[in-house]
Amino acid sequence: MAANEPVYIAGAFEHPTREAPDKSEMQLHAEVAKGALDDAGLPKADVDAFFTAGVPEYEFALSPLVVADYLGLDVSYADTTDYGGSSYIAHVGHAASAIRDGKCDVALVTLAGRPRSRGQATGSGARELRTMQDSFERIYGATNISMYGMAARRHMHEYGTTPEQLAEVRVAASQHAQYNDQAMYQDPVTVEDVVESKVVADPLHLLDCCVISDGGGALVIVSEDARAELNRKCVEVLGHGESPSHHDAGRIDLTTTGAVQSGRRAFEEAGLAPEHVDYASIYDSFTITVLEAIEDLGFCAKGEGGEFIEGGTLQAPDGDLPFNTDGGGLCSNHPANRGGMTKVVEAVRQLRGEANPEVQVDADVAIAHGTGGSIATRHGAATVVLGGEDR
Amino acid sequence: MTWEPRPVPDVTPETEPFWKGASEGRLLLSECQDCGLVYHYPRVLCPDCFSEDVEWLEADGEGEVYSYSVTRTMSGWPKEDLPLVVAYVELDEGPRLMTNIQADQDVVDVGTRVTVRFKETETNDIAIPVFVPISAER
Repeated sequence: MAANEPVYIAGAFEHPTREAPDKSEMQLHAEVAKGALDDAGLPKADVDAFFTAGVPEYEFALSPLVVADYLGLDVSYADTTDYGGSSYIAHVGHAASAIRDGKCDVALVTLAGRPRSRGQATGSGARELRTMQDSFERIYGATNISMYGMAARRHMHEYGTTPEQLAEVRVAASQHAQYNDQAMYQDPVTVEDVVESKVVADPLHLLDCCVISDGGGALVIVSEDARAELNRKCVEVLGHGESPSHHDAGRIDLTTTGAVQSGRRAFEEAGLAPEHVDYASIYDSFTITVLEAIEDLGFCAKGEGGEFIEGGTLQAPDGDLPFNTDGGGLCSNHPANRGGMTKVVEAVRQLRGEANPEVQVDADVAIAHGTGGSIATRHGAATVVLGGEDR
Repeated sequence: MTWEPRPVPDVTPETEPFWKGASEGRLLLSECQDCGLVYHYPRVLCPDCFSEDVEWLEADGEGEVYSYSVTRTMSGWPKEDLPLVVAYVELDEGPRLMTNIQADQDVVDVGTRVTVRFKETETNDIAIPVFVPISAER
């Protein structure tokens, strides 16, 4: 296979469930795997590569092995790169590389989890000391929300970003979610609703934070040869970039994310630039996550994100940068506390013309971008640039 | 903040001097003898140049708030210890470290000058550094 061999996303599936008290995590993996293969029109037997990460009920228990075992997969290639919620976007790039290297033809990527049913207070839970770094961080009661709150505070300090500007992110997501019957929160909200909602870890309010949902999603990524056999509109993987970022020996910059590197690499590989993007799926664990990503991906200059998103920029179908048209993690779904998968799924829907009609964008080029882990300590950034079949 | 003593961090061979130093009222940073980087948290190799020639440097314990957030609700944390000010403090020696600011939130802002204090843990010879505004000390 040539290095420039086209690679396609042929199947994409989002589990319809947001709360799964009566299912196991493995069952959810199986259901999303079947959903994505059915969407592609491929039998399980054709899968020869498997990607997954972060199987929380089996923490440190060899994620790809336990899931591949449950699914009965017979594959020759597997990868479990774990950047938190951005993992599944990185997996798209890894699958494309493996296919181009001739290691496989049909790659399956799955995500599943049940944090809601397990009663997990995601983002507001106290310390669990798992890594050596946690003793220098979580010992102080640093929660996910307070860490993103620190990022928001610093961004506000350096650039004059306001809570009202951050709220625009939630407003746009809620406008889209009203058309998504599966979204957890379907009522549109205003800027006032967001800034008047309960402060959880200031400057972040309750409505600056994403939902906690059970469920998952899956993708099927195929070679040019495999795609030729399919009777399904596919989406081309045009470019991919990723970047693990960290505390940097105490020089952490809370206003900047790994999207600076992952976005640049993804656009370079695609031979495209931010101005070519018609639709953007951007990981929205918190409103500040979106704001910093928009800047770092190059949609506007650093520090100008707040002003950039004012006035409906993010709202489909007419805004300049329609984003997260399913309602995103803020309003619809954040399965297993990992939102990268649903970012790819909605980008695929947009490029296939299968988004909810009220928010369908005339899109030839889309990006899916993830920020996993915590931008206040360690995070992975992953970006893919995707192209529609008819572009 | 009223939760005393604090829980014990996981102490590893390369971090033990840091925590023991704190129990003696000393804030220890790592300093690379080859490239001069002063860094936090402790590591056996300089994370810039990978030199093994790393020594402990006793910090003055002063710096300013780089950023902070006030946690109002947190499961698994003592209610009497909320709201809790979590912050990054930029020490005068350079590194930014995560910590708590032990003060009412209305006297904390980005840029507030702070100085270190040490909180006992459930283990006698291990303490953890927190910070207080210098103005509140005067």
